[in-house]
Amino acid sequence: MARKNKPEVKEISYAKWGYLFIAPFFIAFVVFQLVPLAQTVYYSFFEYYRSGLTVIGPTPVGLDNYKELFNSDFLKYFGNTVILWLAGFIPQIVVSLLLAAWFTDVRLKIKGKQFFKVVIYMPNLIMASAFAMLFFALFSNNGPVNATLVSLGILDHPFRFLSSVAGTRGLVALMNFLMWFGNTTILLMAAVMGISPSLFEAAELDGCSPRQTFFRVTLPMIRPILVYVLITSMIGGLQMFDVPQILTNGKGSPDRTVTTLIMYLNNHLFSKNYGMAGAVSVVLFVICAILCLLVYFNLNPTENDRKIKKRDRFKPRKEALNG
Amino acid sequence: MDKKPSHARTVIAYIVLIILTFLCLFFFYILLINCTRSHAQIQHGFSALPGSSFAKNFNNVIHDAKLPVLSGIKNSLIVSTFCAILATYFSALTAYGLYAYNFKLKKPAFIFIMLILVMPTQVSAMGFINVITKMGMLNTLYPLILPSIAAPAVFYFMYSYMQSSLPLELVEAARVDGSNEFMTFNRVVLPIMKPALAVQAIFAFVQNWNNYFLPALILQDNSKRTLPILIAMLRSADFLKFDMGKVYMLITLAIVPIIIVYIALSKYIVAGVALGGVKE
Repeated sequence: MARKNKPEVKEISYAKWGYLFIAPFFIAFVVFQLVPLAQTVYYSFFEYYRSGLTVIGPTPVGLDNYKELFNSDFLKYFGNTVILWLAGFIPQIVVSLLLAAWFTDVRLKIKGKQFFKVVIYMPNLIMASAFAMLFFALFSNNGPVNATLVSLGILDHPFRFLSSVAGTRGLVALMNFLMWFGNTTILLMAAVMGISPSLFEAAELDGCSPRQTFFRVTLPMIRPILVYVLITSMIGGLQMFDVPQILTNGKGSPDRTVTTLIMYLNNHLFSKNYGMAGAVSVVLFVICAILCLLVYFNLNPTENDRKIKKRDRFKPRKEALNG
Repeated sequence: MDKKPSHARTVIAYIVLIILTFLCLFFFYILLINCTRSHAQIQHGFSALPGSSFAKNFNNVIHDAKLPVLSGIKNSLIVSTFCAILATYFSALTAYGLYAYNFKLKKPAFIFIMLILVMPTQVSAMGFINVITKMGMLNTLYPLILPSIAAPAVFYFMYSYMQSSLPLELVEAARVDGSNEFMTFNRVVLPIMKPALAVQAIFAFVQNWNNYFLPALILQDNSKRTLPILIAMLRSADFLKFDMGKVYMLITLAIVPIIIVYIALSKYIVAGVALGGVKE
């Protein structure tokens, strides 16, 4: 994807400026991410924690932290994270695809598209911890939601959302859905609008129903962006923290069924068990690295993979930003 | 084509859209109503109309001895503003360095940034705390601000924007006029990049305003804490004894400024989302 620059006559004398301009980025990256990452990996092979005021270690223990990790509830938390992610992501992608198809369908004359776009994107900008706190207040046992449901006669007595596994997971999924479906809709819409209109015209002439057009034309054409949305959402799901942490006050209650991987990492960091925190981080890093590679190949098709062309969407244009 | 199915589909589309709009707005509506009501009114039940305790709740939150709200707002503003400035300026500078110059490590540098494009920072949090402790920056705002210099996603947006809107001839022209390369970047390139800088500055600001994970691990002094940490403190306080008017008011203070800015600039932000794609 490197751009072919026009041959520059005085190329050599300008090279140092290139290095100079990219230096701050790389220095900051090395200091604040690469060195910390190396230390994280390094200490994952050490027994290194704080017990009271005494620091134990660092003593090299080989793979003991990893053994302990997989004997702990790590896999349970991994499962929680996947469940919470899926419960939010499936409705998110379905609704987003539906909305993107509707908004871009010329046969449906939906008015106020801009208004709807503004409204559905709004939750994405909300502070997740404040949003979770709001849900905690609203869905508490004597909160407004329960009060309304009881007074409308839908429920006999308040439903204890935060004492039930399905209730708590459902709330986390609902929040994740609300926070991300607008973002996904806008991305998918941009992708659909990047498809040549002649394809849709041809489909219409051939007598395709809206359903057929959607499955036979739209979906295959936006596949690269669907893949992109899926993978970035997976990475976002692995990072899930603020919402379940605040909603359950860090406990993951009931019975740690909403404790996510990052909440587990956070517990180790707070109790200053650096060896175990390192081991959790390394496992997360390996998963994320694989996902990063997938994003990379999705954004940068190789020569023999021309089918997956880079979409126009990834090239911000001045006109579009000026409205 | 036949009009009837389209008509039915339009009706369904509107119904779904109205339900989703309701879901998106309803919770914030209750929030805004409840932040104007007193604790007793809130406990008494739900109301569709605002109360008259807005000023009282506001004063209670601002003057709470245990929750340093004013310094929380100040710290959040400092961190978010500097992050927005650093992330946009240095990402544009990096993008320009890779876009306008040819040098040996150009391609490896680009590939490297693309590879870490969506890498979460949480995976190195343990080492990060270690490093900044050694640098004496624990419990300060610097470790929340300085890493913004390396923001791969912002870089990618800037780079793509340059590809489509920054002709290198312009740079050549500035060179002929005797402009030094750094001056060319500041005086010629940055003004052209304004729309992209603005959009990314907003995103960087919001992202850091909302950030909770790292600040909670780094800031221990009450006076250094940012808003999301205060919300977490509120959550862990004994909830049943708490004045609910204050709870709703603090949530309002944390999210309403962002909503106001969003509504004012929504056109550009939505356009930016459609173009950017890359966001955590």
